Amino acid sequence: MAQLPSSITDWFTSRGWAIHPHQQAMFDQAGAPATLLIAPTGGGKTMAGFLPTLAELAVDPRPGLHTLYVSPLKALAADIKRNLRTPVAEIGLPIRIDDRTGDTTATRKKAQRADPPHILLTTPESLALLTSYEDAARTFAGLQRIVVDEIHALAESKRGDQLMLALARLQTLCPGLRRVGLSATVEDPLAIARLLARHPDPCTILTADPGPAPDITMLATKERPPWSGGGAAYSIPAVLDLVKQHRITLIFHNTRAQAEIFFHNLWLANDEGLPIGIHHGSLDRQQRERVEAAMVRGDLRAVVCTGSLDLGIDWGDVDLVIQIGAPKNVKRLVQRIGRANHRYNAPSKAVLVPANRFEVVECVAALEAAQANDLDGDPRGPGPLDVLCQHILIAACSGPFDAGELFREMASAGPYAGLSRAAFDDCLDFCATGGYALRAYDRYQRLMQGADGRWHLRDPRAAQRIRMNIGTIQDTDTLKVRLKRDRGAKPLGEIEESFAASLTPGDTFLIGGEIVRYEGLREMTVEVTRNAARKPKIATFMGSKFSTSTQLSTRILDMFATRDWSALPGHTAEWLDLQAEVSRLPERDSLLVESFPHDGQEYICIYGFAGRNAMQTLGLLVTKRLEETGHSPLGFVATDYAVLIWGLDPVHDVEPLFDRQALRQGRDDWLAGNMMMKKTFRASATIAGLIERNTPTARKTGRQASFSTDILYDTLRKYDPDHLILRITRTEALRGLVDFGRIEEMLDRIGDRIELRRLERVTPLAAPLFLEVGKVPVKGSAEERLLREEAELLMQTSGLADLT
Amino acid sequence: MTADPSIHAFTLAGAQLMAMGSGALWWPDQALLCVSDLHFGKSERMARRSGATLPPYETRDTLARLADDLERTSPRHVICLGDSFDDLAAAEALPEAERLWLSTLQAGRDWTWIEGNHDAGPIDLGGTHRAQVVLGPLTFRHIAEAGASGEISGHYHPKARVRTRGGSIRRPAFLVDRQRLILPAYGTYTGGLDTGSEPLSGLMQPGAIAILTGPRPAAVPMPRG
Repeated sequence: MAQLPSSITDWFTSRGWAIHPHQQAMFDQAGAPATLLIAPTGGGKTMAGFLPTLAELAVDPRPGLHTLYVSPLKALAADIKRNLRTPVAEIGLPIRIDDRTGDTTATRKKAQRADPPHILLTTPESLALLTSYEDAARTFAGLQRIVVDEIHALAESKRGDQLMLALARLQTLCPGLRRVGLSATVEDPLAIARLLARHPDPCTILTADPGPAPDITMLATKERPPWSGGGAAYSIPAVLDLVKQHRITLIFHNTRAQAEIFFHNLWLANDEGLPIGIHHGSLDRQQRERVEAAMVRGDLRAVVCTGSLDLGIDWGDVDLVIQIGAPKNVKRLVQRIGRANHRYNAPSKAVLVPANRFEVVECVAALEAAQANDLDGDPRGPGPLDVLCQHILIAACSGPFDAGELFREMASAGPYAGLSRAAFDDCLDFCATGGYALRAYDRYQRLMQGADGRWHLRDPRAAQRIRMNIGTIQDTDTLKVRLKRDRGAKPLGEIEESFAASLTPGDTFLIGGEIVRYEGLREMTVEVTRNAARKPKIATFMGSKFSTSTQLSTRILDMFATRDWSALPGHTAEWLDLQAEVSRLPERDSLLVESFPHDGQEYICIYGFAGRNAMQTLGLLVTKRLEETGHSPLGFVATDYAVLIWGLDPVHDVEPLFDRQALRQGRDDWLAGNMMMKKTFRASATIAGLIERNTPTARKTGRQASFSTDILYDTLRKYDPDHLILRITRTEALRGLVDFGRIEEMLDRIGDRIELRRLERVTPLAAPLFLEVGKVPVKGSAEERLLREEAELLMQTSGLADLT
Repeated sequence: MTADPSIHAFTLAGAQLMAMGSGALWWPDQALLCVSDLHFGKSERMARRSGATLPPYETRDTLARLADDLERTSPRHVICLGDSFDDLAAAEALPEAERLWLSTLQAGRDWTWIEGNHDAGPIDLGGTHRAQVVLGPLTFRHIAEAGASGEISGHYHPKARVRTRGGSIRRPAFLVDRQRLILPAYGTYTGGLDTGSEPLSGLMQPGAIAILTGPRPAAVPMPRG
């Protein structure tokens, strides 16, 4: 066991603290090239990450950058700076600490580059930007350690891929660099270790004591949950009771709109005037900071929130987490529960509130999975090439490079360990010429090879534009909301551009818990007035709905197979029994399709259990097939577990609908023109630098960007279908909005076992789908038939038939 | 041609006319094709006036549909029934490619631009410019006049709504009674006026019918609310 400097151990003793075993282990491992620490929140994780740095600097406080700390949140960087300065000052260490994010002033940023602090706290985007400067080598000279906080969150998105490419660059500049990752509990620590370490270096994994098992229950109310919807308004009195019984409660929601609606209802029922706040990503930053500050002061009893509070500052006093709506993903649930009782060694307490009847089943499955610590996660696959393209451009900004050297550097980044030279060359060619179809356009010719064979920017002024567009976060295009005639005041928040476009003056909606009336759009700001209405037009902005994970769906199907309803409330057990009686319960290794007439139309219900996005895509593809085969579909609606399709004719033969080749064909030619594919293309094209969101003169609005991308997309599909960005788009479509990968997974699972049940009426399991929102109409032959039928009837009955 | 399901035949003032699913009117005896309210250059005008950006495809889209109808019917005479351009500046700002395309469509046939409220005044494009045209029993003008008979007009962009067991369907529609015919707007991106609203409900006599456009045009008693 290595010995910490006495000044540090003395400080711990003076505080009455003991060094945790995992903190000591991190110090013992300080020389390892890569170390991953898995520890629950509140376990002194950050201190564990910084302990070796403090010890090394205590012994040898030479000037220059020693440790770089990267976190997914700007707020976290600022918070760590405050928290770290206290022990550093009290121990009396001569260490300079500073943070650098998008909010840092230009003067300070300049000073940091010229004379870096010992410890610099930053974000992946700010780090990528730092590596793009010509003087990067000087800035990072002497760098010893890099600490990546909340690496589990970064690993789930392209931000992680971007960060690992930046780390590869740093490792070239500072060969002795040691890497440390700090992670919450995850299902596959090895995957994160591979991401973090330089390929093929080994990575040490340290696991801290996870502490006592959490205390999770499902809310039991006298009132039955409704058949559909996500509001959970029925639970308001019970939730208020829980808030009263605890010190501070976090009330998590899956979407911002649901959080707004719930908060509004909670206020209407809050007769005792308990101080309750709201926090989500659409609210103005200052408003969010106000809520956070009130939390820290202990002024609030509850906060209604979304994923915006999944990460971040520790609040020790939170003693209850309520999850409204099924968690959809066990790992996220466990991490959210970790937000309660950040004190080590005290069990976290959580209550799940199903928003509707099917979510009762989902909640029970999630609860059992959480208790068994059976976490889910979808392996992300190899690093995406759009991010690679961006990093080739970033490398070019910092100076001329040799293609072979850059390839070896990038292939040493965990996510790109399997990168082939051919794939890299494709990306390089795209960065240099824009690809075959675009080589005639000057603006896409960005790199050229010098006489020495090294690549450099064709026009050095392009560096500014490239730097302005660094990053992989695709913030949905939002507009600020402001009170009319109050232009100096702080904005209330932001709403999606598409939601704003759907409003007409006089419409009311919720924002920040207030009902406001839409007055008009003025210079890219939504102007509103306060409105006293009790019921707003629904707040549909930010419908970022998660899909139920594969593991959770499987658990539900397993529960159906055992017919063990012991964990379910009576009303839900009866519902499932009734389904088993009149039809059948869906199974894991076959596909149940029900067909029944209802109200003059014919329905089929497909229980695919592939998650919302994949079921939505399946709905699009299947209705397209039905249209082609003359079945006149009228529309469909999808949930996480099923898609309900209605039309004029009954379907007798469903097997051809699930032919793998036909579905793939449908994805490739027909779905290619779909909005979701265009959205996917836009994201990748922006990351890869084909489209610039920011230019020195102006920021493009989302709508402008989407028009020009749609044109580009159509052009490339027509003239260059094998273009790199289109290939990336097809890969991306396996996940995310299109989620075709889970349709393939479903087909693998069911094989040729497809059962069509013809029934006389709506079945118990299909019934809630009739109440779902988000029905998608199908415009096709059915509409023509209905119109002709109605027209003939009208003309006959009115006696006008003879007139013409 | 009456067997063609994409065409609905009817009579006005003794003339045998055909409402095409695209929104064009075909008069076989005169080999005449009539379209109304093309609104070329709408996105260009919107961009100029308000800064809002509609995609610039609508002129090409409208031209493509018009080219299809011309190919199907091979008319000797084409009448554009007013509001062909969103305003006179839009007519001048028509991109070169679209101008050329339009001139190939005009080749070999009479082409009449009737003035509308949006494009009153001469336009620097081929064809003749008229306030109205009288042909046999029919009068072609942009805006319907009270008390007229055998009149064919546009202007109002009529749309009709039909409720079916599968939900309600609202589409651009031809409106016809014993005295007059009002054409739907042919241009892409044009709004519409419901048949139940004034002045349409007042202009059209009792017993008027609405012919909804689409792959199979459908005639219904004109909905009045």
